Amino acid sequence: MSDSRPGGGHGGIWMTGGLAATVVLNGLTLAALYFIVASGFSLIFGLMRTVNMAHGSLYMLGAYVGYAVFEPLYDQDLWYAWHVGILAGIASAAAFGVLMQVSLLGWMQGQELRQALVTIGVSIIVADQLLAFFGGTSRQFFAPDSIFGSTTLPEIGRYPTFRLVQIGIAVGVGVALWLLLNKTRLGLMIRAGVDDRQMLAATGVNVPLVSLAVFALGAGLAGLGGIIGSTAQPLVQGVDVRFLLTSLVVVIVGGMGSIAGTAIGAILVGLAEQVGQAMFPTYSVILTFLIMSAVLALRPQGILGRPA
Amino acid sequence: MLEIRGLDVHYGQAHVLQGVTLDVGAQPLAVIGRNGMGKTTLCQTVMGMVAASGGEVRFEGRPLVGLAPNKVAGHGIALVPQGRRTFPSLTVHEHMILASRGRRGGWTIERIYETFPRLAERRKNGGTQLSGGEQQMLAISRALLANPRLVIMDEPSEGLAPVIVDHLVEVLRRLPSEGMGLLLVEQNLGVATDVCPEVAIMVNGRIATRMPSATLLADDAAQRRYLGVSAGAHH
Repeated sequence: MSDSRPGGGHGGIWMTGGLAATVVLNGLTLAALYFIVASGFSLIFGLMRTVNMAHGSLYMLGAYVGYAVFEPLYDQDLWYAWHVGILAGIASAAAFGVLMQVSLLGWMQGQELRQALVTIGVSIIVADQLLAFFGGTSRQFFAPDSIFGSTTLPEIGRYPTFRLVQIGIAVGVGVALWLLLNKTRLGLMIRAGVDDRQMLAATGVNVPLVSLAVFALGAGLAGLGGIIGSTAQPLVQGVDVRFLLTSLVVVIVGGMGSIAGTAIGAILVGLAEQVGQAMFPTYSVILTFLIMSAVLALRPQGILGRPA
Repeated sequence: MLEIRGLDVHYGQAHVLQGVTLDVGAQPLAVIGRNGMGKTTLCQTVMGMVAASGGEVRFEGRPLVGLAPNKVAGHGIALVPQGRRTFPSLTVHEHMILASRGRRGGWTIERIYETFPRLAERRKNGGTQLSGGEQQMLAISRALLANPRLVIMDEPSEGLAPVIVDHLVEVLRRLPSEGMGLLLVEQNLGVATDVCPEVAIMVNGRIATRMPSATLLADDAAQRRYLGVSAGAHH
């Protein structure tokens, strides 16, 4: 991202160099979180054509379950509280995703509208159940001390270390997904299934099982996002809707089913939100939707998406 | 080997297969017929890709109706589908890795590359960068690598240049000596009769008749009636 870093003297007429660099870095850290969450959404859509409207719920579920595991450990000052919280968040979201696929979505494979409506129903139920169990107070994870404080960066000054770690995790997720899709047999099956599910089955592959693996993976990524996101900013009711909408915008901009496209979409949306908030805070949300409208008008399948 | 008894398939109101009964033994069998007679539906139904509404299919005595395609493949049947349906996102070599997960047997990736040197040259190419003939070789390789006991091929010669068709015929004629059964659906009467000693003719979702290839080749009236063509032009 070296091209987006302002050099010494040309900060622009509206921001100093340091402020511009901070805004860009904020945009990138936000993009990192959006990528983690939206890549799971995109993966599930890519193989199964399932528009999982409960993806935000998986984020929120992972975050709350992770918190329920994290809190007692943190109270005992155990150093691994956060790590165990992450694992619990991923596992609970993945398990719930698998449950959803087995009990509901697997029965309506290929019926996209029905799946979208059912997952909206699930998201409403999950949101209410989480409210009933955990109440409306906001919560926040505390990352281990080693990644919690601040780091001094040139131009920017002190910057929260965890936000930088967030970028590292997103890059790690991106690389791991790339390796999975391109270097493993499961990845071969997933890519072949995106092309032609029926022919993949006729080649001897148990496609429903592959679908289940992908659903677990995509949902697990939402859960991971939930913990990461709730470490960087407080976990409150309503984040499910926010992250569902953001995931939708990210994959519409980047291209459904493409991991690289999801990365590009996440960076564009993350930067747009932060730059918008810095320049015209009241109307900042417009910038995101301007980008989406422009992409839909010029390249409806998304920047790296394949034509339907 | 493969026994099909009274197989019915409906697409909505359309009765596409109307009680198809057909036996495929160790000898290759061709199914020929005009467009829209149900040949492709027959292949897909045996493979489990289309649901049958009645009748039964048995392979080596085991019932296949109602099984998912991967289960049918697991019993030892492979399909070379109409239109090839190779995977655009996978390279040639990735197709090989994906397909060679079945039972062990005579066909290995090395042997495929020896048989189809063109595929070896293009092993790093994506599925969309191949010519029609190369895609067909890839689709056939995908089926052979499963080392099935029966291969179903749906119009493998469609859209191929004559020289490629000749190569294809040569490969197909060698299959019986590998202990591999063959059900060959063809519109090209020349290919069907070159590869298979016997042909079954499909008309309006039924097997109208079955006869030795030589008999059909000698009977211009039957060719015109069932296929609307004469094989005179071939050879």
